[in-house]
Amino acid sequence: MNSAALVVIAILTLAAALATATLQKLMHAALCFAVALVGVAAFFLLLGAEFVGLVLVFVYIGAVAVLIVFTILLTRRDIGKDRGFNWGGVLVAVAVFCGLTWSILKTQSLSSVAPHIRVLTVKRIGEALMTSYVWPLQCIGLLLTAALIGALILVMEERG
Amino acid sequence: MSSSLDQIFVTAKRWLLSWLAGTPDWIIQIASSLLNIFALLAVFLTLFALISVLERKILARMQNRYGPNRVGPFGLFQPIADGIKMLIKEDIVPARADRVVHFLAPVLIAAVAILTLGVIPYGRNMTPFAIDGGILFFFAVGSATELAVFMAGWGSNNKFSMLGAMRAIAQMFSYELPLIIAVLPVVMVVGSLTPDKIVAAQAQYTFGFVPRWFVFTPWGATAFILFFVSGLVESNRTPFDVPEGESEIVAGHMTEYSGFKYATFFMAEYLGMFAVSGLAVTLFLGGWHAPALSLEIVPSYVWFFIKLSALLFVYIWLRGTLPRIRVDQMMNVAWKFMLPMAFTCVIAAAVWHYAGRGLRGWLWSLVVIATVYTALSILLDTRRKFAPRAYRFAE
Repeated sequence: MNSAALVVIAILTLAAALATATLQKLMHAALCFAVALVGVAAFFLLLGAEFVGLVLVFVYIGAVAVLIVFTILLTRRDIGKDRGFNWGGVLVAVAVFCGLTWSILKTQSLSSVAPHIRVLTVKRIGEALMTSYVWPLQCIGLLLTAALIGALILVMEERG
Repeated sequence: MSSSLDQIFVTAKRWLLSWLAGTPDWIIQIASSLLNIFALLAVFLTLFALISVLERKILARMQNRYGPNRVGPFGLFQPIADGIKMLIKEDIVPARADRVVHFLAPVLIAAVAILTLGVIPYGRNMTPFAIDGGILFFFAVGSATELAVFMAGWGSNNKFSMLGAMRAIAQMFSYELPLIIAVLPVVMVVGSLTPDKIVAAQAQYTFGFVPRWFVFTPWGATAFILFFVSGLVESNRTPFDVPEGESEIVAGHMTEYSGFKYATFFMAEYLGMFAVSGLAVTLFLGGWHAPALSLEIVPSYVWFFIKLSALLFVYIWLRGTLPRIRVDQMMNVAWKFMLPMAFTCVIAAAVWHYAGRGLRGWLWSLVVIATVYTALSILLDTRRKFAPRAYRFAE
């Protein structure tokens, strides 16, 4: 049953990703991107990483996808005009593809039996974040606060 | 006797599944899920029909008139008439609308509302979809509502729809923060994101008669009020129905919807209301627990639905009482008052925990909340600063 679910989710995710890359209207591409993200989250849920999967949905669908859609809406002007072949995009895509292939080839064979690990609960993640990873956590917090204040200042300027 | 009545639905499900004994595991799994889904839909669609007519009756009484009283006894068959009317209405899609997005928006919004209903424990052993991070699931799935509303507004290709969608997203974004942060103290105190464990943590009685529901602690009461108001905003109901304010922007993101698609939006709004109220019951009002030891003879699901109906009545009551609030007032309340109060709840819950969870903790957390509340009300007092109102428009 799990393998059948895996195939279905994989097909859906790949189809949505392909649609994101090929659809003409930017808004449709953004919505397909959201579908692809749901597919990725479903993979995490299938692998038993419930927390990561749910947070992925929470952050990417609830915030990032809405943000992208909003950005498109507020800036749409000459979308739809053909701007010729995008060589820079090809370069980035090939680089990402090579990097991913390299890292996949570097990992150990998939046929080896996965080591048995304890179930990853929210409590364990919290403990890890508050003990061994407390400095990175604080740094990210500082960075986000700075970004928030920066955004506020950008908006406040217009009042004059 | 009382325990068999309490578990009657669980027993019924087990009996139905026993017919499938001998078949592979995955068939039983699928059948079990289907039964849960069927029960969930049957109960909540009936409740939706019932509430839609009761709301009109109660509102009518509050406004000194009779309300629907023509179809069936006391007008109780009104939802059937409404349903038939909605079904046979013409489904109009604007010529320049984005057909696919226009079609998918009501589907997505209804799916999200039904999914969020799945993680709430309705009674002892009666959680349709029991997962470890149920609370997280609720908010993760619920956040897709914003996308659905946006799809409705954008897909309709109408300026009123678009304005409504943008208002809806602005308000949902702003109120999602106090909504989620008001949940944090409960999650912190219980130490779990599982709805069943949160309900179990509220099972005992202090002094033998005061139920240990979180709403009876100072931080719990504050968080409950914050959660309830934010939930009211999230479900776009009066006094926070700014996105569909009919005197300003026709019907907001639902302007271009007719017939059954409009009914789907309407249904999703009610189902979302049930889900938020159900979560409020689970988190703060002790879930399916009885309010007194002697009343535990009454089945657990009855208690859950009594509490749910009480909250729904407050929703209707507020709708009948309060006028629509202005957009800027609403945003001010969210960011300047509700968000700091929600953070205060988190701190007050920590104080309560470290002061021993007893009377001392109760008083100390009350002190924390009262201090912040007083400071905020002094800081935000605008009564002395009367000035001509400055209008600012979006560019």
